[in-house]
Amino acid sequence: MSTAHVLLGLLAGGPRHGYDLKRAHDERLPQAKPLAFGQVYATLGRLERDGFVEQSGQDQESGPERTSYVLTEAGRTRLDEWLTEVEPPAPHVTSALFSRVVVALLAADADRARAYLTAQRAAHMTRLRELTSIKTASGATVGDVIAADYAIGHLDADLRWLHTTLARVADLQKEVAA
Amino acid sequence: MTLLTGTAITKSYGTTPALRGIDLTVGEGEIVAVTGPSGCGKSTLLHCLAGILRADAGEIRYRDQDIGLWSEAARSRLRRTEFGVLFQFGQLVPELTAAENVALPLLLAGSGRREARAAALVWLDRFGVADLADKRPGAMSGGEQQRCAVARALVTEPRVVFADEPTGALDQLNGEQVLGAMVQAVREQGTSVVLVTHEAPIAAYADREIVLRDGAVDPTGLGVAP
Repeated sequence: MSTAHVLLGLLAGGPRHGYDLKRAHDERLPQAKPLAFGQVYATLGRLERDGFVEQSGQDQESGPERTSYVLTEAGRTRLDEWLTEVEPPAPHVTSALFSRVVVALLAADADRARAYLTAQRAAHMTRLRELTSIKTASGATVGDVIAADYAIGHLDADLRWLHTTLARVADLQKEVAA
Repeated sequence: MTLLTGTAITKSYGTTPALRGIDLTVGEGEIVAVTGPSGCGKSTLLHCLAGILRADAGEIRYRDQDIGLWSEAARSRLRRTEFGVLFQFGQLVPELTAAENVALPLLLAGSGRREARAAALVWLDRFGVADLADKRPGAMSGGEQQRCAVARALVTEPRVVFADEPTGALDQLNGEQVLGAMVQAVREQGTSVVLVTHEAPIAAYADREIVLRDGAVDPTGLGVAP
């Protein structure tokens, strides 16, 4: 999972300051490790250096002065590119898959989340076929079969998750938009 | 080359639509998985393609002939000679031995008794159950019965095998062994397969996958309502 892309996604709805981004990250991605403030500001610094966000003003409502950040055009393009990519089908990517679904809902809409899930499912099925070819090839060793079985089992778990998540996109959108 | 083509296949059970205009093709030697959630129409589609059920509308062409127009007797003959059919539970004849079950399609197609038994033994051996040749299904495990059923589906060296959840009643390892042996055999003989399954790892044995949802092809491949 990429913290930078999640922050870009959280900024897609409008300007936010670092504290707000940290809070939104931890709330939206409860399965992820809570973000440290230092990590938020370091990531924002890199995103600003690369031209993906810029400062949009200072906010001093009831507390210390805070700098708000806003997505630039380049940042929006980068976010859009990331949402178009799929994760390399490999075991243990569910957290990354979930992040993409949530960010697609934050930055776009349910159709975008569904389009992502559809593309990811196709990538997973392609990989599943490749692994099945490896394990059923005439020269396959038992070690090859066992290794392929492990990856197939995890990809199958991801696929089951993709199916049930797709059925829950509308509910998740309500929760994310709340 | 295309062997089997379904165009706008429609089928209802009473007032309940099961298939709502399905298009599909199966190439020579191609394995096509038909997947989707329970009740999506995949088994009905398989039964229509195999000529077991008659579609209400649409066309099913096998080797460029509209088999939907054929008589029941002609379609039954086609299933005995050029099609092989395999279900989740082997559906072996309980009174017959493994060898007699596997030899049955050959006998029905006109082969001699000795020749049919010899071929049955070859196929039982291929699926690792030659030593069960003289046992009846009641004395075999589920996995052994299903190996015999696959041997029976392939013994006539059909052009197309229609398999409906062929490993659905087996544990994972047995299922894989049965399917792996079946896929190896059909690849060697250039047999086409229509493989109905709801499991992704089983569908991954196929060259291609068609996902159904509510009796129609789901272009998203997810088989889930938005």
